Amino acid sequence: MSLDATIRCKAGDLSVDVSLKAAPEQPLAIVGPNGAGKTTVVRALAGLHEIEAGHIEVDGVSLDDVPARARPIGVVFQDRGLFARMSALENVAFGVRARGVRSAVARERAQGLLDMMGLGDRAHVKAAALSGGEAQRVAVARAIAHEPRVLLLDEPLAALDVRARAEMRALLAKVLAGFGGIAIIVTHDPVDAMTLAHDVVVMEHGRVTQAGTMDEIRTAPRTAYAAELVGVNLLSGRVEPLGDGVATLDMGGAEITVACSDEIPAGDATALLRPADVILYREQPTPGSARNVVRGVVRSIADTGERVRVRLDSSPAIVADVTRGSATRLGLAVGVDVWAVFKAVEVRLITTE
Amino acid sequence: MRNDSGIPAAMKAVAAVAVAAVALPLVALIARAPWRDVARLADPGPRTALLVSLEVSAAAAALALVFGLPVAVVLARASFPGRSIVRSLALLPIVLPPVVAGVGLLAAFGRHGLLGHALSSIGIHLPFTTAGAILASAFVATPLLILTVEAGVRALDAREGEAAETLGASRWYAFRRVTLPALRPAIAAGLVVAWARALGEFGATITFAGNFRGRTQTLPLAVFEALQTDTGSAILMSLLLVAVSLLALIALRGRFLTR
Repeated sequence: MSLDATIRCKAGDLSVDVSLKAAPEQPLAIVGPNGAGKTTVVRALAGLHEIEAGHIEVDGVSLDDVPARARPIGVVFQDRGLFARMSALENVAFGVRARGVRSAVARERAQGLLDMMGLGDRAHVKAAALSGGEAQRVAVARAIAHEPRVLLLDEPLAALDVRARAEMRALLAKVLAGFGGIAIIVTHDPVDAMTLAHDVVVMEHGRVTQAGTMDEIRTAPRTAYAAELVGVNLLSGRVEPLGDGVATLDMGGAEITVACSDEIPAGDATALLRPADVILYREQPTPGSARNVVRGVVRSIADTGERVRVRLDSSPAIVADVTRGSATRLGLAVGVDVWAVFKAVEVRLITTE
Repeated sequence: MRNDSGIPAAMKAVAAVAVAAVALPLVALIARAPWRDVARLADPGPRTALLVSLEVSAAAAALALVFGLPVAVVLARASFPGRSIVRSLALLPIVLPPVVAGVGLLAAFGRHGLLGHALSSIGIHLPFTTAGAILASAFVATPLLILTVEAGVRALDAREGEAAETLGASRWYAFRRVTLPALRPAIAAGLVVAWARALGEFGATITFAGNFRGRTQTLPLAVFEALQTDTGSAILMSLLLVAVSLLALIALRGRFLTR
């Protein structure tokens, strides 16, 4: 019981040729740069973009000859596509009503979903008058109201500001956890892929360049884009507050110290560390104000022109950016022993549950 | 403060002259009107003509909507061979001399016209009847509605239509719930221009429906008739037409046209 698709089609000048598999309750992220054809894949799955060859199967049933309106699919469009003249409630009830369910029943169901989205009191506001974050939540509620088997989310967080994005990400994680079907999330943000998806497909120039879990891609990125994508250090583990604005993040065998507010409860969390915030030493540094000192071996060095990206075999695995001058001065080379140092305040907790 | 967006002085001058040229005849009508005789508008002649005009123009606008809306949607959305020819044909009455439209209608629906026999055998007589006046007005007014609504359909947010599709809406359900409400301003604007065109219709009406008081004599025909004998009365009826048009424009503007 899953989704199995091979999509070959044209989108403007781009020729798209991808194969995807996704299983229920294991959200799949399609990650790629702009113009990679991600949205085309979503539209093809939804039946809005004609495919020239290939097949789309959901739970073993072919959708090839099924028009968009009859596919068991819900879509959250990149630009939301809400019905501007309808209220939030009418938007969410639309797909249920369209299937002939009585108005009262459909509206009750829509109200329940809006309540779940924290929008219960905004039900009668016209979609055009909703804020970006509210509109996005309505779009998600609308896409799942008719209980589709497949939920497609096209850049669900891209249009939001940083604050709304964090809230929406947590809400989406909750929605996806409760969604029993197959979910596919298109994004260009590795944080979304890391926090929302089980598996990741990297898509570039209309092709899949890598597929696997985020960890697998981080360990062995196959393309420059994938390397860049996972170049951000994403650290997942169990957070345990220590008071005084710090907490430990236990990654099972390795432990780092992160800065956080004291209100954060213990639990699973993901943290982000920018490679540029990591300092490398050739010898064990004397204790300083930086709390995190990780020993490792240089696994790869990539000179991108403006900086040198150094990947360490360490626990946790760390990616550091240094200048070319520093790389030369330190004599960095594959296999060399180094110490990576970073401050607790530079590790940012991005999600908590 | 700059608030003229760098418009050349000469262009502003020509624009002022053009606006004055439009305003002058209106001012002249008001200046030359025999205001002492204004009560004559309530006489049976002008009053009947006004009623016929309102009936004919309203019915013509309704016909324009019934037939023009589907044409507009098809022209905007469908692609088929010969589409541009069909579109030219549908919009032809805009550029066609109204009197030619009248002659054409006679040739089609007149007593000896192509469909005349068939129609009269089932008891429908169009020439020189109120129905004929309505048909003539609708004939010239419908393309204006088509043009307006077609532009409205093209400006519709395609994303809403796609969203409706993925939500399982049938074509008809999506049209009724999504397309039609979004088209309301364009339809209102189309109705206003079609109605205004029908209200002022002269050539096709007099050719096809004649000039019979109480049946086909609309205000413009009454004005034309009065002009030969009683200029004052013609001017007063003209002002009445101006007033009716302005009132309708203002009433509709508040309701539909501004969003």
